[in-house]
Amino acid sequence: MTDATVAEAPAAPSTRSAGRFLYISGVVLLCAWVLVPIYFLLVNTLSSPDTVNSFPKPLFPEFDFGSLAFFAQFAGMLTALKNSVLTAGMTMIMSILIGAPAGYALSRFDFRGKELFRLLILLTRAFPLPLLALPLAVMFIQTGLDDTTFGLALVHTTLAIPFAVLITFSLFSGIPLELEEAAWTLGCTRLTAFTKVVLPLILPGITASAIFAFVISWNEVFAAAVLTIENRTLTAFLLQNLDTSPLHLKFAGGFILVVPALIFIFAVRKYLFAMWGIANR
Amino acid sequence: MNARLLPYMLILPVTLFLCLFFLYPFVLVAKQAFTTGAGFTLDNFREVVSYWKFPISLKNTLLLAAAVVPIQLALSLLMATMVTRMEKGRDLVLYVWTIPLGISDLAAGLIWLAIFEQSGFLNSMMHGMGIVDKPANLLTFQNPGLVFVAIALAEIWRATAIMLVILVAGIGLIPKEYYEAAEVFGASPWKRFVRITLPMLRPSLQTALVLRVIMAFEVFAVVAALGGTLFPVLMGETYAYQFDLLNSGAAAAMALVILAISIAATLVILRALRVPKGATI
Repeated sequence: MTDATVAEAPAAPSTRSAGRFLYISGVVLLCAWVLVPIYFLLVNTLSSPDTVNSFPKPLFPEFDFGSLAFFAQFAGMLTALKNSVLTAGMTMIMSILIGAPAGYALSRFDFRGKELFRLLILLTRAFPLPLLALPLAVMFIQTGLDDTTFGLALVHTTLAIPFAVLITFSLFSGIPLELEEAAWTLGCTRLTAFTKVVLPLILPGITASAIFAFVISWNEVFAAAVLTIENRTLTAFLLQNLDTSPLHLKFAGGFILVVPALIFIFAVRKYLFAMWGIANR
Repeated sequence: MNARLLPYMLILPVTLFLCLFFLYPFVLVAKQAFTTGAGFTLDNFREVVSYWKFPISLKNTLLLAAAVVPIQLALSLLMATMVTRMEKGRDLVLYVWTIPLGISDLAAGLIWLAIFEQSGFLNSMMHGMGIVDKPANLLTFQNPGLVFVAIALAEIWRATAIMLVILVAGIGLIPKEYYEAAEVFGASPWKRFVRITLPMLRPSLQTALVLRVIMAFEVFAVVAALGGTLFPVLMGETYAYQFDLLNSGAAAAMALVILAISIAATLVILRALRVPKGATI
C-alpha cells in the first residue's frame, strides 16, 4: 500500500504538469489564431501604399499613415463612412425604442398571445434576413425611401430587434418586481416608478444592447449593398469597389471596419453571455 | 391606463414593425418569385435552376457549410470547456476569443486576403523560410482547392465566436452538482464531458447550430473578398441577379431557394437534437 503511493507520487505531478502545459499552450495558440490575422491587417494599414503592394512583406508596421491618408481622400469614402455611422446610429435608437417596451412586457406580464409573440421574435432569427432587402428595394422605391440611410436603418432594425427584445427581456427579468411595487406604495405611478427606479438600474444593460445593435448595422453587407446606390455605407462601398480598388485601400477600409468592432465588443463583453444564455430558452 | 391592455400596448410597436418589415416582405418576395407579370408561374425558378452556375454555386455553398460547421462545432466545444476550467485570465481569454463576433464578414474576408494575396503574408513567410523564391498568385482559378481553403479558414476564423458564446452561456447553466456527483463516482474528465456536458448542452447546441448553419448558407462577403467570381455561392448569385442582370424575379426565386434550404436544415437540426419532453435543467 505504502509502496504504491510512493511509486505513484512522482509520476502524478509530471503528467499533471504536462497536461497543464498542453492546456496553456492550447489557450495561447487559440488566442494567437484570433489575434495574428488582425495584426497582419494592422501591419498593412500602418504601412505606406508602396510597402503594401511590395514583396516580401515586413512583419512589423512602419507606422506610415500613407494608406490611411489615401483612404481618407478616396472619392466617396468619407461620405460612406458617415452613412455607416448614421445608419448604425438610427438602427441603435430605433431598435431600443421599439424593442425595449416589448422586453419589459415579456418580463412583467402574463398575457394571451405571449407565446405567439415570442415565436414571432424567435422566427425572425431563424431566417436569412438580409434576403428581405430584395422585396424591400421595390417597396422603398414606391415610398421614396430608396437609397436613403433611413430606409436601410429600417432593415437593419429588423435584424437587430430580436436581439434587443431578448436582451432587454433578460435585463428586466433580473430586476425584482418588488422594487417597482415598493415605489408604487410610495406614491409613484407605473411610469414614474419605471423612470426613477427601473431605468437607472437597467441603463448599462440597455447601453450594451444598443451597442450590439450598432455593431449589427455597422457590419451588415448584403442589405446595404442592395438598398443603397448613391448613399452607400462603408461595407457596401468596399464591396462594390472590391474588383477595382488597390490593395492598400481595401486593407485600410477593412481596418476602419474592424476598429469600432474591437472597442464595442470590449464594452459589452460582460453582457454577451447573459444575453445568449436567455436566448436559448 | 388599463392594466390588461398595457402589455399589448408595449408589444404593439415591435409587432407592427415586424409585420411591415419581416412578414410583409416575405409575401412580396414570394409574389415576385412566382409571377412574371402575367399570373402564377414557375418560370423564375426554372430560369434560376437551369442556369449553368446554379449547380456549382449550390454545391459550393453546401460543401463549404459541410466543411466549416463541424470544425467550428468541435472548436467551440473545445474552447468552451477550456474556458470553464480556467481560473486566472478567464475574462481576457474570453474577450480575445469573442473578438471575431464583432467583425463583419467583409472585414474578415479582407483580413484573410492580407494573408493569401500574391504579395501577402503567407507568401512572404514562405519566402522568408526559403520555400518559394518568388510570390505565386495563390487565389486563382488554377488553385480551386486553395481558394476553398482560404474561404473556409476565414469562415472558421470569423464565425466560431458566435457558437462559443452560446455554448459558454449554456455550460454556465448546467448545475455543478452533476459534475461533483460524477467525480465522486470516479468519472474521468472525458466521461463527464460525454455523459453530462453534451446531453445537458442540447438546447444550446440547437441554437448554436441553427444560427451558424443559416449564416453558412448566407455566406457572401467573405467569398466576394477572397474568391471573387472564382467561387460562386448562392447568395452571390442572388446579388448578381439583382444588380448585374437586373432580374429581380430571378433574385426573388434564388432568395426562396436559400430560404427553403435554411428551413430544411433548421428542421433537421431541431429534430436531431430534440430535447425529450419534460426534461429541463
